[in-house]
Amino acid sequence: MADINVLEKEAHLSDHGDHHDDHHGDKYQSSFVDRYVFSQDHKTIAKQFLITGMMWAVIGSAMSIIFRIQLGYPDADISWLQPLLGGWIQIDPLTGVGKLDPQFYYALVTMHGTILVFFVLTAGLSGTFSNLLIPLQCGARDMASPMLNMLSYWFFFLAGAVLFISLFLNTGPFSGGWTGYPPLSGLPQASDGSKAGATLWILSLVFFVVSVLLGGINYITTVINMRTKGMHMFRLPLTIWAFLVTAILGLLSFPVLASGFFMLTFDRVLGTSFFLNEIFVAGEALTTRVGGSAILYQHLFWFLGHPEVYIIILPAMGLVSEVLSVHSRKPIFGYKAMVFSILAIGVLSFLVWAHHMYMTGMNPFIANIFILFTLIIAVPSAVKVFNWIATIWGGNIRINSASLFSIGFVSMFISGGLTGIFLGNAAIDIQQHDTYFVVAHFHIVMGVAAFFGMFAGIYHWFPRLYGRFMNETLGKIHFWGTIVGAYAIFGPMHYLGMAGVPRRYYSFAGFDSFSEFASMNEFITIAAIVTFAFQILFVVNFFYSMYKGKKQTEMNPWKATSLEWTAPVDCGHGNWEGEIPQVHRWPYDFGRHGRDFIPQTEPLAEGEVDGGH
Amino acid sequence: MEMVARQNKIRRIHPKKFALWISMLSMIMLFSAFTSAYIVQKAAGDWLQFPLPVEFFYSTGVILACSLFLHMAYKSFVNKNYLYYQLFWSVGLFLALLFVALQYQGWLHLNEWEIFVHTNQSSSFFVMLVGAHALHVLGGIAALMTSWILAFRKNTKEWSDKGQLRLELTCTYWHFVDVLWLYLLAFLWFQQ
Ligand code: HEM
Ligand SMILES: [Cu+2]
Repeated sequence: MADINVLEKEAHLSDHGDHHDDHHGDKYQSSFVDRYVFSQDHKTIAKQFLITGMMWAVIGSAMSIIFRIQLGYPDADISWLQPLLGGWIQIDPLTGVGKLDPQFYYALVTMHGTILVFFVLTAGLSGTFSNLLIPLQCGARDMASPMLNMLSYWFFFLAGAVLFISLFLNTGPFSGGWTGYPPLSGLPQASDGSKAGATLWILSLVFFVVSVLLGGINYITTVINMRTKGMHMFRLPLTIWAFLVTAILGLLSFPVLASGFFMLTFDRVLGTSFFLNEIFVAGEALTTRVGGSAILYQHLFWFLGHPEVYIIILPAMGLVSEVLSVHSRKPIFGYKAMVFSILAIGVLSFLVWAHHMYMTGMNPFIANIFILFTLIIAVPSAVKVFNWIATIWGGNIRINSASLFSIGFVSMFISGGLTGIFLGNAAIDIQQHDTYFVVAHFHIVMGVAAFFGMFAGIYHWFPRLYGRFMNETLGKIHFWGTIVGAYAIFGPMHYLGMAGVPRRYYSFAGFDSFSEFASMNEFITIAAIVTFAFQILFVVNFFYSMYKGKKQTEMNPWKATSLEWTAPVDCGHGNWEGEIPQVHRWPYDFGRHGRDFIPQTEPLAEGEVDGGH
Repeated sequence: MEMVARQNKIRRIHPKKFALWISMLSMIMLFSAFTSAYIVQKAAGDWLQFPLPVEFFYSTGVILACSLFLHMAYKSFVNKNYLYYQLFWSVGLFLALLFVALQYQGWLHLNEWEIFVHTNQSSSFFVMLVGAHALHVLGGIAALMTSWILAFRKNTKEWSDKGQLRLELTCTYWHFVDVLWLYLLAFLWFQQ
């Protein structure tokens, strides 16, 4: 993957020739269904990913509010939630007090994790922006295979539908955590959520894997093969580099998750024991299920799981790099270093998975190897942080929603990355593992940071999507509410974790040592509710602006250099009328030769050296 | 789709071919995951050894022959030898189906020895590997069938560049599952 020479060669291969075709006549895209439902236009598919992702984000976050109420107010009467949750609220016949069913609490936590990690931050983020920007920024009329691209969305949709149905099962949705560890997930008799709920959870994620693979194959093929004339690899915006490496990571790691799921299904259905050994269920030994290893599943899961967190964060990094550079009116600092950091992160992300498993009794010498690689991955991450800061340093930054969220991203990534370095050391992790410290770490570095990248991307590219702008005032309110709220939620969790409060507990009533944290938990819950309200503000702004926002009047409103702003505001399928523009320079020519910006399409002057080199 | 085919003429590698190659990477990852898990679990002990039934060796010959015939069919197509193309492709399809049948026979053979999927880790893994491979083969057979049906249509549109590309992709995929089977067989053989 890191073999730049090959990529460069590819670049020259594809440097010649135009793509002239008459695709934007679009004779087969006339009916409503073709245009808006089974569309093969990458721009429409991007919107489909985005809207579906947003819908899931609202559902998934609402779930977190429900279980946060349980954690913050364990004694409260929540019978008012009964109309929504029905039987999952148990009402005490004597007192009339309604409580959340513990089983459902676990289901909520599991669904929240699955939905946010896979449906929102993978499909909603990389699906949306890879689709929107790869063809537009590379200079292609569409993806290599628009058909597979459409299928990728519909498999994602199917995955969502299956998971959604599982919410209404009698025995409830899967409740074994987003990581789905066996034996809980491997034995239907292990818990209610491990029955049909687990089956549908696995099915849903298998569909999801198919979606990611179809999408990824397309993204890679398009970036490598379909760039416009002059667009060699080192003239690609960092967004595209990020999407490319993301897709490669997905292509190599999701099949491994699939292998784990197949084996899990065998265990569940065919009575095999890949992951089972010496299990007792309800006091009874399962004597025929021996010889397997639950740890094996963890290896397979985290071999995907760790690259997956970079699959989530790399696109956000790409978006942020682009937004910061455009709005600072400065070239991105250290373009090549950024590219190599992305590649290094990509390679290293396959070598660190066991840092999630220090507590499985692994050999400490092996743990040391994983500590080493885990700490090494902090180097390219730090390079990127340094470069972002250097990019805005002394820049003439425009403060708007997009740039604020990008700066917020950098802040979040620093805060969360720092705690990662603690966790990466096995000696410290022995204390922190499975506590709220981990919850704080990954929510800040992945959850919030990736959301910030996504928000930055949405505010910035909203005109490209809908030909209008989002409301700036609401956007800024959204930003400040979110960044303050997010730190208020996850900051205190570090403290809880260091005090040893374990994650995934329904109630701490039985633990005297944790009773002093009741007020802190209450504070976190309030912060979560307030922050959630700010996200509703975003959703309102989004849909309002779609129809009523300020109209985009000029083609290139941000005065950016890249190709997506050279296509007409309301371009149809095929993007450019007439020929696809050619590219003559790298995408970060800001403030060069005393000019504010020079678009990529402008030929190099006599004797001028391209900026990227 | 049209657009892709048109761009093809100016590229050395067709985007679809490229896409097929990289999707193979992800299949390789799937099977490496299976076989690594196999090695780890075997090392952990409690492992039942059993010999490979002879059907799996017959099937190996069959799938190799199948690849050969498909290749000859493709060459005939390129040389516009349509009769041979139809003939070889049909033989190829027959051999592909025979391969699946033989794999299944091999499995029944194991059952006769009282070896079932849940008997031991070793048999579970065996089914997993052979089964996952068979699924990939079935995908290939679906593609072979499509081309086979098209091959007997008198519609001349079929004898086009587009048809040739489809055959090429199908053959490439088939050679891939062929090599994959050789790998699995060698793997199982050395693990015995
Ligand atoms: C500086 C780099 C980082 C280091 C050294 C690091 C280290 C770690 C370690 C050691 C754990 C395991 C903690 C435990 O379970 O005891 C962990 C958990 C986690 N990290 Fe990081 N991390 C880093 C960056 C990231 C990034 C960038 C993301 C995502 C974008 C991320 C997402 C996660 C997630 C999701 C988990 C927890 C998964 C779970 O158990 O449910 N980390 N991290
Ligand atoms: Cu990790």
